[in-house]
Amino acid sequence: MLYREVGQYKTNYAADMAVFPILQDRIGVAIILVVAFIVIPLAGNDFLLNAVMIPFLIFSLAAIGLNLLTGYCGQLSLGTGAFMGVGAYACLKLTTSFPQVNIVIWILASGFFSAAVGVLFGLPSLRIKGFYLAVATLAAQFFLEWCFIRIPWLYNYSVSGAIEVPLRTLVGVPVTGPTATPLMHYLVVLSIVVAMTWIASNLVHGRIGRMWMAVRDMDLAAELIGIKLLRTKLLAFAVSSFYCGVAGAMMVFLWYGGAEADVFAIDQSFLVLFMVIIGGLGSLIGSFFGAALIYILPIALRAIPEAFGLPIRPATAEQLTFVIVGMLIIVFLVLEPNGLARLWQIGKQKLRVWPFPY
Amino acid sequence: MLYKIFVDPFVQMGTAPDLLVQTVWDGLVGGVLYALIALGFVLIFKASGVFNFAQGIMVVFAALTLVGLHEHGVPAFVALGLTVVVMFLLAIGVERLVLRPLVNQSDIILFMATFGITYFLIGFGQLVFGGNPKVMIARELFLPSGAIEFKGLGGFVSLQKIDIAAVIIASIMVAALAIFFQRTRIGRALRAVADSHQAALSVGISLEQIWVIVWFAAGIVALATGIMWGARSEVSFALQIIALKALPVLILGGLTSIPGAIAGGLIIGVGEKLGEFYWGPLLGGGIESWLAYVIALGFLVFRPQGLFGERLIERI
Repeated sequence: MLYREVGQYKTNYAADMAVFPILQDRIGVAIILVVAFIVIPLAGNDFLLNAVMIPFLIFSLAAIGLNLLTGYCGQLSLGTGAFMGVGAYACLKLTTSFPQVNIVIWILASGFFSAAVGVLFGLPSLRIKGFYLAVATLAAQFFLEWCFIRIPWLYNYSVSGAIEVPLRTLVGVPVTGPTATPLMHYLVVLSIVVAMTWIASNLVHGRIGRMWMAVRDMDLAAELIGIKLLRTKLLAFAVSSFYCGVAGAMMVFLWYGGAEADVFAIDQSFLVLFMVIIGGLGSLIGSFFGAALIYILPIALRAIPEAFGLPIRPATAEQLTFVIVGMLIIVFLVLEPNGLARLWQIGKQKLRVWPFPY
Repeated sequence: MLYKIFVDPFVQMGTAPDLLVQTVWDGLVGGVLYALIALGFVLIFKASGVFNFAQGIMVVFAALTLVGLHEHGVPAFVALGLTVVVMFLLAIGVERLVLRPLVNQSDIILFMATFGITYFLIGFGQLVFGGNPKVMIARELFLPSGAIEFKGLGGFVSLQKIDIAAVIIASIMVAALAIFFQRTRIGRALRAVADSHQAALSVGISLEQIWVIVWFAAGIVALATGIMWGARSEVSFALQIIALKALPVLILGGLTSIPGAIAGGLIIGVGEKLGEFYWGPLLGGGIESWLAYVIALGFLVFRPQGLFGERLIERI
């Protein structure tokens, strides 16, 4: 009833090709942004910010990064965790070597280091495809993980072998370090995620995105119509790793406030891959849905027995969570293999023609 | 530095042949176990095109079931039989609840579904049998223990009896699988399904039945692997991470080749141990964690379909 485009005429090409062609969509996005930037900081408590919103946004960004590579360019990667690690360690080295420069700049700049490493490990993608490539990216995962543990220079020779986040400020307010507030963390994370999502959206709707999708659908055919495979695939690896690197830097600097190498272990790679597949391959909004579902589901599952006052030991609850998450993944894949993004599309279509079935 | 990389390790090999033989033997045994896990992957990949991530956890789950049943007072060989039944039920369950509804979906969706199976089995195994590491009932199953020591080559070479048993059992199993594949009616049907699902269906082969058989066979392989691996160290969920090592073995040998899985396993096992022992100290040790992947990657750059994999023919 409310959601239909009757009477919205498009008079030029740009309007027809807009990312949000329908007025109601634009209003919806504006409302979401207002809620995220104003309502949540005013109404939310530290728990909501620290345990739900910040990790959700960070994982969304990592999922967008992997989605650009796997969903748009069709290159399956299992090295996401390591690329996130490269971002985090690069950010640590940069901010301790040049403490006078603004931390936000360094968080973004650390993405470039991650991108360079990503390109290096993306090189085999020219010859290796599919699952073979996925295992090849595991080489990146395990090699980089080894570097994080064995090269003390990376973590500034700290005794614990962990990243210790130093205090940094932005216009006089602490952003990272022990004295920074969750609110400040949240605002910085939100700004970066919104800006980078906007950039990603422009990338995938433009020439580069179309090149990626052509390679994904059939790389031989794409090569025949004049797309340079090497450049396109490596660009996808670079951009994807950039996003993952920034997500990793934010994860350590703005969420954990300190981390060891095992944060970037292979589990993290799989987790982000879950998010991408459950959310929907080749969909930016799906990355957000996937991150929300996969991250918040275990939290919710743990909270349920407490809410009903059932006496369950924490260990049992943990195991039950595994069983239930496993079953939900399968059930979900059986019901909707194309992910949450597809459900979202179906829902929108139903709303548009309501009350008629089609 | 160059001397240390290119000359010194070989000098060490030459001066202490007993250490070299010991290292190669350790690598071979490790490689056999990798190869067994990879074998389970290959069986399933060939018949259903599913990249079965759950093979590692199936190894753990099979071993846990065996040990867990024995802990509850079931005699060892009865427990072994019951575990086989459990693996059969698992195969039926996977076929009914996962493969059949997801038929004709893209590879990555099926890959993802096996993650679901992995999670389920991790949680379920811990729920039923507890998450603590357990000791494999090697003695009750009449597996040998202790070591044989050879004098010679300028020192001692010690071979664990359990390792020898592992190699023998693995060889028997591979031979049995080869005969099963080549000589029986079901084996022929399996190969037909591996070649083409549609063609197999059109000559009256039941895909559902084949999938159950293949997952059951992979379950048996997993059980044997679990017993062997458990007897060498212990039965714990950490084994699942080690099972990831089977992935480079797999792509090195080629995803669809059983001989490839064996050869790949041996190459990776020996290469990894030699690398760790002779070149590891140069890099600060611990390179075992990624060396296997780098070896596989090196091979893949020259042969993208693996050593024994079918050559990819692409058409527009």
